[in-house]
Order: sequence, then structure tokens, then C-alpha cells
Amino acid sequence: MAEEFEPKLIAFTCNWCSYAGADLAGVSRMQYPPNVRVIRLMCSGRVDPIFILEALKRADGVLVTGCHIGDCHYVSGNLHAEVRVKLVKKALEMVGLEPERLKLEWISASEGEKFARVIKEMVDQLKKLGKNPLRDG
Amino acid sequence: MIDKPRIGVYVCHCGKNIAGVVNVEDVAEHVRNMAGVIVAKDYRYVCSDPGQDMIKKDIRDYQLDRIVVVACSPRLHEPTFRRVLEESGLNPYLLEMVNIREQCSWVHMDEPDKATEKAKDLVRMAILRSQLLEPLEIKEVKVLKSVLIVGGGVSGISAALDLAEMGFKVYLVEKNESIGGHMAQLDKTFPSMDCSICILGPKMVEVARHPKIKIISHADIVRVEGYVGNFKVKIRENPRYVISDRCTGCGECQEVCPIEYPNEWDINLGVRKAISVPFPQAVPSVYRINIDYCLQCYKCVEACGAREAIDFGQKPKETELNVGAIIVAIGFEPYEPYQLKEYGYGTYQNVITNIEFERLINAAGPTEGKLIRVSDMKVPHRIGFIQCVGSRDERIGHIYCSRFCCMSAIKQARQIKEKLPEAEVYIFHTEPRTFGKGFEAFFRKTREYGVSVVRGRASKVLEDPETGNLTVFVEDLSLGKPVEVEVDLLILSVGMSPPKDLESLSRTLRIPRDPDGFLLEAHPKLRPVDTHTAGIFLAGACQSPKDITDSISQAKAAAASVAALLSRGKIRVESMIAHVNQDLCIGCGLCQEICPYQAMTIQNKKSKTIPALCGGCGTCASTCPEHAITMKHYTNKQILAEVVTAFQR
Repeated sequence: MAEEFEPKLIAFTCNWCSYAGADLAGVSRMQYPPNVRVIRLMCSGRVDPIFILEALKRADGVLVTGCHIGDCHYVSGNLHAEVRVKLVKKALEMVGLEPERLKLEWISASEGEKFARVIKEMVDQLKKLGKNPLRDG
Repeated sequence: MIDKPRIGVYVCHCGKNIAGVVNVEDVAEHVRNMAGVIVAKDYRYVCSDPGQDMIKKDIRDYQLDRIVVVACSPRLHEPTFRRVLEESGLNPYLLEMVNIREQCSWVHMDEPDKATEKAKDLVRMAILRSQLLEPLEIKEVKVLKSVLIVGGGVSGISAALDLAEMGFKVYLVEKNESIGGHMAQLDKTFPSMDCSICILGPKMVEVARHPKIKIISHADIVRVEGYVGNFKVKIRENPRYVISDRCTGCGECQEVCPIEYPNEWDINLGVRKAISVPFPQAVPSVYRINIDYCLQCYKCVEACGAREAIDFGQKPKETELNVGAIIVAIGFEPYEPYQLKEYGYGTYQNVITNIEFERLINAAGPTEGKLIRVSDMKVPHRIGFIQCVGSRDERIGHIYCSRFCCMSAIKQARQIKEKLPEAEVYIFHTEPRTFGKGFEAFFRKTREYGVSVVRGRASKVLEDPETGNLTVFVEDLSLGKPVEVEVDLLILSVGMSPPKDLESLSRTLRIPRDPDGFLLEAHPKLRPVDTHTAGIFLAGACQSPKDITDSISQAKAAAASVAALLSRGKIRVESMIAHVNQDLCIGCGLCQEICPYQAMTIQNKKSKTIPALCGGCGTCASTCPEHAITMKHYTNKQILAEVVTAFQR
């Protein structure tokens, strides 16, 4: 039997909401697929389009997570993240890559369940999309 | 850097928490030969004293200058290990933590092989990143020895008194006219049966008299800026139309005022005058005109006479406070049971809440302590309590236990039996929770008074329109059959809801809420009164439902935490800040535009960071079109090192 395609997912999380949400998923022992590698930043506003593009050379999908709008620990960083992710999504479409490979989600410190669900859903979706043609290796 | 980094890697078993899933020996072995790695070890508990000593010894023996701890969340133990580095003479920012517990072993419990592979990837990412870490400048600033306490209930009062006694200046801001909170409304407290206002009142007066405490009541928090040690808070005092400094609290104005309106403090069962205080023991004892009801007949102005305390032209007054720390103690709101139609609250006159009962049985309440039903002023002889109204109920999204309502009902049942020994009293409960000190003994004693405790959740209540009596339908789980009980008065033991303004306050203060809507503590066990925003602490029921005893314990803990923070006199400020490369900056001002802290300034057509204001989000670094801004500790190179290594095998 051929081995099932295991997508590679890179997730950028902010320290205050979504990383804490991911921690809560752990504390609550919520299980999700081990296909994700989390990179912790202080704020989703730190996510530079370069990070996303470089990540898409190595992974099948990229997830950017931050605090809910209005809840940003740094007031407005997540608003900038939102604009950038939208722009990069457009650029991906222009080069013919499925925009679903890039996702933005707001996950609060109390939403451990949501973190687990988002990872699971994205891994499922990437399985359907298959290997990212831009990915080396 | 001239010398190549010398890295020590420590993989923690955390007992079986990590090692039960992840093959920790394999992880250590995997990275042992990576470039720069001098030692790679696995150890049962790296955070333990021997674990920390092992790292310190290795730093000495092998001249390590980068430490990678592969264990739990950095949100838990980053401060611990940063201290280890400092104590070994290394800059604390040369530490990198890898979270293989919360974000690996605990979430991939059934996939040990894949979890181990993931752990290896994460450790390699961290090792690559650690090579690029740079020591950051440690800066200290002075902290202000003053505290803002938001909420003047029993929690806020306790914390205020403790801190003032320790010599800190305390600003106690209360939304309502008087401090005291819900405790001031209660008749008696469990399990000691103390008269509530008799034990709280003196504390309220002490707060008012304390030279170190300033009460700002009838006020709201408008804005909070700054950071731990140096917060700037804007407060808006709402107009009372009475000048606080001139009002002597004599009450002569109230006597001549012709207008009465329902007193919300008395749960609208009693009335108050258009110029009045909500209750006799109100602190501060400053009268207030409710402008919505006032006729402007000016009789009060006449009565006030030469004191000239009344000012119809009063406007909201904004003031700015500078404080070193903040305690949030805004308490709870009683659950409003209108939504639970089956109990008929709001429709049947003789269905009341436990809080309304407190006012009814209170000697200073609207009936002067006489227990009567409001519908016909008759004394009830059969009284029922329904428990878990607004608690442990998924339908309304309150899955939590409110932790006071069982004991409140047991206490109220006792009070009824003391006043009306012949009365029949029923408590319909899900299961009585009498967990506190002295609670179980109190419960037993109350049962000896002849209170019937019926196990079963009431399914519906019907009213006899002629008598106003109520029939409670409940499945008695002990008998195993449905029963109907007729009562004259029914009390719903409502639980606690998060206050309505908690959402906006949590945003103003930038502290998150938990799934139940209460404020989230930094760690449920280790940091129960801290928040994730340094310098902001929690006390009382705004953190989760709790009774008076627990609220005071938490308030005292919060006061001690504030004191521990402020007594040092100095505090470290954020070292992870933005830095502008002056050679690359083109002075476009984009960073200045997007910075939420006004931390960017343009001088000679070049942007510069004001270190004390920078919050460290790094949004400017990813906005700068010239890549002229470096976000320290989260540089492009450091982040990309992780991206590049994430799946490289």
C-alpha cells in the first residue's frame, strides 16, 4: 500500500494569544496531527511576506495566527498581518498556486480547541491539495 | 561574532509527560553531532535544582554560550532558565526553548514515532536559531510606587488596605457611587453568620480614612497606556451634581427632596430620593442627584445652604493617574434568570432570586427584615429554593459551578427557620457542594433545623393565579419518581455571570478572558493572580466565581504580588525592541505611522526608536520597505533560520 501523503505545515503564532491557545490545546490533551511546526513570534504583525514565501518553498501550507481583532496584545499588529496575508494570497493566485495553502486564523489564549481544530482542518485540506509544487524536497 | 557559538542542548523527560511519548534519548542523540553542539543530554526534570545545576556546570566546564532547553512551554519556564544563564554569567537572551510538551507529547499521544520526528525538527530549528541569537542589553527603569485598583468590592477593599498599609499609594476606582460591592447588599455571610455590612462597613470606612488611599467612585476607566511600573491611566468621573469636597453627608437635602425612584441597590424593592446615597453606610458619603428623575425644584439647594455643595452644571471630569501596577477586581453580576422561562422569573411575582432575598431579610432592607412576599405582603410558610440557576447549565453557556449558591441557599434556609421555625423549607438541588472550611458542619446543622433537601433539578414551575402560590415539578432522584411541591415563595439560587463591561475592560487592559468569559490568569496553579500582561493582577470573582473568603484570599495574594513587584524600586524593561539601521533608513515615516506606541521618531529624515516606549511587537520591522529595522531577538535571519530548518532532514 502506498504511503499516505503527509503534508508539511508551518504555523506562525503570536506569543500572547495563539501560542497560548496552542499551549492550552496541550494542557487539555486535545490531539491534532503532528504535521505542523510552530514558529513563535511576539506578534502576528511581525510576519513578513518573506517568511511566508520562504516557508512555501519548504512546506505545503502556511498558517498565520494571531489574537482576535480588537484583542491584539500590541493593539493593532494583527490588522497589519491581515493586510499582508491577503496580499500574499493574491500573489499566490497570480503565480497559479492554490490560495488555500495560506491561511490566517484568529485564535485566543482560551481557544485550545480551536487551535487543534484549525490544524486538523488545514492538514486535511493540504492532503486534498497534495504536494506543493513550489516545495523543494 | 568571532568565536563559533558553543551550544548545550538539554532534553527533558518531564517524568513521563514527555518521555512517555517522545523518545528523548533519540532526540538528544539526533542533534549531538550537529555543528556547534558541544553537549546534548536528556534528563528527568531539567527544571529541578539538579537539572539547573547540571546546565550551570556544563556552562563552566565546556564554556557554553548558547543553551537550548527542550522541555515545556517557554510561557512556563523561560524565566527559570533565563535566570540559570544569568547566574552563570551569560546573557539571558542566549537561551532558546523548545516546547515538546504542550505542543508535542501532549497533543500527539497516540503517535510516538511522529511525535519524536517532530521533536527532532523542532530542536534542529532551535539550534539553528540559537546560533544567531545575540545578547541583548538589560535595562532597568524606576517603578512608580502607586497602584490602581479597579473595583471597590470586598476584593478591591482588601487589596487596597493591604497595599496602603505597606506604604503604597492606592487609587481605588469604583463604577458605582459607593464602594462595598455585592457584599454590602448581603444580610449575613456563611458559615459564620456574621452580619455582612457590620464586618464590611468598618473596612469601607477605613479605606475612606486611610491617608494612602484615594477613592474615585462613580467613575470609569477610559484608557490604559504604558507598561509595568509606569502605567498611565485615564479615569472619567461621572457627574454627581454634588461637589464631593463640600458635601458633608448630612442628608438634609434628601429629607426635602420630593422625588422617589426604585433603588437599584435594593434590587428595586425599595426606593430612594432623587438626591440620596444608595444605602446609609455608603462610602464615600457623598450624595448624588439622579438627573433622570430630578425635577430641578432646587429644594435641595436651599437645604444645603451655605455649604453650596450642589452644582447642576457639573460635567464629567477626566484625570490621569500614573501607577506602577494595576489590580482588576470588578467582581461579577448575578445571573438574570429571565431566559429560563420554566421557572417563571419576571412573570410570577413570588419567584425571586437569592440576591433579592438578601435584601428582603435584611433589617435595613425595604421590608425592615420582615420576610413577606411582594405580591400580597403575606408571610410565606412554605418556601423553596431551586439550585444551579445559571450555573452548570450548558443551555445558557454557563458550564461552571458558581461556588457560592449552595451555601447561600443553606444559609438562607437557616435564616428562614430562625425567623419562622414552623415554615416548611425545601432545597431542590443537583448535588450540594459544601467544600469550604466549616461548610459541611453548617449544612448538617441546617438540616437539623428541619430543612428538606431534595435531590433533583426542578423541571418547571407553575403559578396558581388566584393564590400566587407556586408548584415546583421535580424528579426526586432519591425516591426515583417525579414529585410536585407547592410553595408560597420560591427563591432561585442564581449563579455568577461575568460583568457586562468585562469585555471592554479586558480590551482596554489587553488581558484575555477564559471560555466562561471571566478574566484569564497567567497560570491556573502557579500564577493564579497574575495576568499575561506584566504589572496587571486579578482578584475576586472577575477571575472566576468565588465566595467572600476566597475573594479576600486572592485579593491579599494580588496585593502581595504587587508589593513584590513595586518594592524592588526598579524593574527591567523590554529588551526585545526595534532598532533602525540609520544607513538604510530613507525616512519614509511608515514605521512611525503604524507603531501603536508612538515609539518611532523621525530625526534628520531618519527614523529612530524610543526604547522606553517600544512594546516589541516587531510590526515595524516587517513593514519597513527598506528592511532597515531589526526586531531584536526576532530578526529576519533568526526567524528564517527556523523556517529553513523546519522540514529539512
